[in-house]
Amino acid sequence: MKRVVTSAFLIIICFLFQTTVFKGLSFGGIVPNLLIILTASFGFMRGERTGLIIGFFCGFLADIFFGNVLGLNAMIYMYIGYANGKFNRIFFPEDIKLPICLIFASDLAYGFLYYITLFLMRKRFHIGYYFLNIMLPEMVYTILITLLLYPLVLWLNKKLEDSEKRSARKFV
Amino acid sequence: MSPIVKKKGEKFTLPGKYLLFILTLLCTGLIVITFNTNLLSAPISAVGGSFIAPLQEGISKAGSWIATRSEELVQIRSLIRENEELKAQIDELTMENIRLQQDRYELTNLRQLYDLDEQYDDYEKIGARIIAKDSGNWFHSFVINKGSDDGLKIDMNVMAGSGLVGRIVDVGPNWSKVMSIIDDNSNTSGMVLSTSDNLMVRGDLELYADGLISFEKLTDKADRVVEGDKIVTSNISDKYLPGILIGYISSINVDSNNLTKSGLITPAVDFEHLEEVLVITQLKQTVGSSIGDS
Repeated sequence: MKRVVTSAFLIIICFLFQTTVFKGLSFGGIVPNLLIILTASFGFMRGERTGLIIGFFCGFLADIFFGNVLGLNAMIYMYIGYANGKFNRIFFPEDIKLPICLIFASDLAYGFLYYITLFLMRKRFHIGYYFLNIMLPEMVYTILITLLLYPLVLWLNKKLEDSEKRSARKFV
Repeated sequence: MSPIVKKKGEKFTLPGKYLLFILTLLCTGLIVITFNTNLLSAPISAVGGSFIAPLQEGISKAGSWIATRSEELVQIRSLIRENEELKAQIDELTMENIRLQQDRYELTNLRQLYDLDEQYDDYEKIGARIIAKDSGNWFHSFVINKGSDDGLKIDMNVMAGSGLVGRIVDVGPNWSKVMSIIDDNSNTSGMVLSTSDNLMVRGDLELYADGLISFEKLTDKADRVVEGDKIVTSNISDKYLPGILIGYISSINVDSNNLTKSGLITPAVDFEHLEEVLVITQLKQTVGSSIGDS
């Protein structure tokens, strides 16, 4: 229960920050993708199931406000969360390299999927331009923010796991 | 990973694979429904009323809090209020100025093809504040803090000071989503003010960094359209009221078909620093609505 509330809270806060605060802190009009950080990190920290659920809700929130069609972002985020869950087995909290790589790859995947579904389908073929001017800056900025946000998410997760363990022990 | 063995009495949880499959089906269903019909927009805004409204309030508060804080870094606090008031005044005056300029243009223009006098007149307008921007970097739509409770409807035109910003594409009780004319999937029917030639103004993500939008399908056989000409919304647009300033032509090229021209427009609105907008509460009269009304 605590976990659900915390996750919902995190998603909403990240969404709010992404749409309001970072608009003011954007470099060249590029905003970091906090939702992908959240989706990916829950994916590899907690496994496929959590990853896909968190991804679904992140995407759905983005869809409700800004989606042209409902469900598209939800689907992309969901698959990214699920794919990140596959790396749960080789994830260790002490290791920062894997999370960085995974989040980087996730943002890249998100950019490509979004480009394919919403731009390529409308005959916008200049993938090189979009890659250099939208995806790459977003990825770099996202990674920078990851360095700040990820430890926080990790710490929250650890706290939650501790409290879950404690309450489980209490009941037994 | 093998599913975790649950303790006795704990409820059954669906493995990830199946959940993924179910949610994929759900998403596909939603995509198909929202792509083809308008069925879901009502329930969503209804859900929005209860679920999003508090959220929206949060965004609004966070947004304005951050806006003030970041402003403080550059400016003294006492100036902010005054600045805002002056900005609003400037917007109003620029509007008026543009209208006057347009009128003067009309007077000095010997070839008065249209009677533009009544255009751009006293459309009823509501001021609104932008409270959130598109979560990604691909489209340039944003959310404003007024909605159906304030009498806003889908397709109402949105302006900022001197020119057209876009139109409302989605309305909730206290928020509405605005699609700007620079958005990559936006097409606006425009008109060259001096010659009344029609053209299509098309938003383009690639041009966004340069602060430009493109136009195409301009038929100008007499070569009278030149750089610097004003582009306004056309009379034949179904969504936009006629005569609202879009921008100025910054370059023209003849298309390879030798019939039409295309080029670039510098928009009249500074989309980079948009904070407040004006919503025109009058909808463009369309064939369907005029029949329905009469």
